[in-house]
Amino acid sequence: MSNVLVYAEHAHGHLPKATAVAVSAAKKLATIGGGQTILAVLGSGVGDVAAAAARLGADKVVTVDNAAVAHALADVTALTLKAVAEAVGASTVVFAATSKGRDIAPRLAAAMDAAIASDVTEFNPDGTMVRPMNAGSVFATVELVGEKKVISVRTTAFDAASGPGAPVEALSIAPVTPAKPARFVSIEETKSDRPVLTEASRVVSGGRGLKNGENFTTVLAPLCDALGAAMGASRAAVDAGYVPNDLQVGQTGKVVAPTLYIAVGISGAIQHLAGMKDSKVIVAINKDAEAPIFQVADYGLVADLFAAVPELTDKVKALAK
Amino acid sequence: MKILVTAKRVPDSESKIRVNAEGTGIAETGLKWIVNPFDEIAVEEALRIKEAHGSVEVVVATVGPAEAQEQLRTTLAMGADRAILVRAVKPDTTVVARILVKLIEKEQPDFVLMGKQATDDDCNEVGQMLAQLLGWPQATFISKLTLSADKSSATAIREVDGGLETIEIPLPAIITNDLRLNEPRYASLPGIMKARKKPLEEIDAASLGIDLAPRTLIKKVTPPAARTAGRKVASVDELIKVLQTEAKVL
Repeated sequence: MSNVLVYAEHAHGHLPKATAVAVSAAKKLATIGGGQTILAVLGSGVGDVAAAAARLGADKVVTVDNAAVAHALADVTALTLKAVAEAVGASTVVFAATSKGRDIAPRLAAAMDAAIASDVTEFNPDGTMVRPMNAGSVFATVELVGEKKVISVRTTAFDAASGPGAPVEALSIAPVTPAKPARFVSIEETKSDRPVLTEASRVVSGGRGLKNGENFTTVLAPLCDALGAAMGASRAAVDAGYVPNDLQVGQTGKVVAPTLYIAVGISGAIQHLAGMKDSKVIVAINKDAEAPIFQVADYGLVADLFAAVPELTDKVKALAK
Repeated sequence: MKILVTAKRVPDSESKIRVNAEGTGIAETGLKWIVNPFDEIAVEEALRIKEAHGSVEVVVATVGPAEAQEQLRTTLAMGADRAILVRAVKPDTTVVARILVKLIEKEQPDFVLMGKQATDDDCNEVGQMLAQLLGWPQATFISKLTLSADKSSATAIREVDGGLETIEIPLPAIITNDLRLNEPRYASLPGIMKARKKPLEEIDAASLGIDLAPRTLIKKVTPPAARTAGRKVASVDELIKVLQTEAKVL
């Protein structure tokens, strides 16, 4: 019986929620197809990460501890994961559909000669799976041909898994480096004291209605902080340079599904809705009563955001007292 | 120097996309078709490199139906030098990657520029698969590209979940772009006139001698779960009240 391997994404010794979600999705797959769920931690000095990974509900954690895979570059990571999958008897490999997962997964599929499905939201008992297309306007039920499969899963579509603690095994696999590898130079990380956008239970997003980057800081940020919410943005706001790219919610940015999503000055193009319409409660604040965002919002407030948002911020703060 | 760019024919992002009557795909009647917006940015980047470095040939390729000629002409009107259409019926990403391997072996480009995903299937797979099949490095989701002086390598800034990552890749390589790499130009009228005379080669995928069987089969297509519009509230006070008492999220 074939096992299911899960790629453990991690950074700064921390496992994001996305990894726990990928484990949970893999366990669901293993329920349908059989086999064990094995979590692979690749990196340099991964002892602590592996210990944390052991509590995510997988049957086993395996590690490849080597500087060559420290930056999770797609080329060396894909080739090394292929070797790991062979070593642990896995014909299916699961990733979270994050930027890292989506960088590596297709490369691994080509290396393994496996069929691939990206951004999967559901597994069916008959082995087929469901994924969105056309910015979530339609959903396709797909069948992957052959035994080998590479799958990335939408992080809002599955619950995070946890478990009592699984055995950790260090594999004696050397990273497989390609002849002409990419080289990591640097990373400029967005620093924020707010919750991580993809993990937050509350998100406040701003659009072009905010008019400039300064208003994200002076108008939107106080509401985020009053609610303990993460900050997001529409593509229009990111393209206009108001905020960094990693705040983008939508078809080509991040997919979020918080308990409360407040869209401020966002018209609600289908590309934005694709990234937030699974939120539990959606609030829209927009001065244009005809804006499409009101068609998905549970509660809509037609108002000038520059008056409504500060008022809302003050009143939310007053509630907390 | 030669740059190969890929450009897919996709429905206009502004079109309303619905499931067809058979539940096998999207209803195509009345749709407007465009160059995948991500690919348009890839074409623009190639043209800017040509303008900056001179003696660069920009070749645009697509895998798809005969009608994709229209989109290739658009890229020629933007300024690409020639185009190649590989006719294939509903290929999946695996098949597209295999076809592109054949094209690249023949064309021998210095590097390949592609959009990170097509806005129809939203797969975001072909570039990475192609890089592995060729044994080339990849730089995906880029927002900035700088070629080294001797053109033997490139430095790319990638848009990743936590911020911006910079990597260096030896060439040849597969480079896929995000939305903020550049702002693509519109085709000029003289550009459109010139495009009519530029070479557009058509190849039948069946003539390439490769396995064209898809690995990811679409069994059916369904509409998303509908989300019904809620209601308007009259004031911030009412909003707070409903969030507390009705939605219970405050």
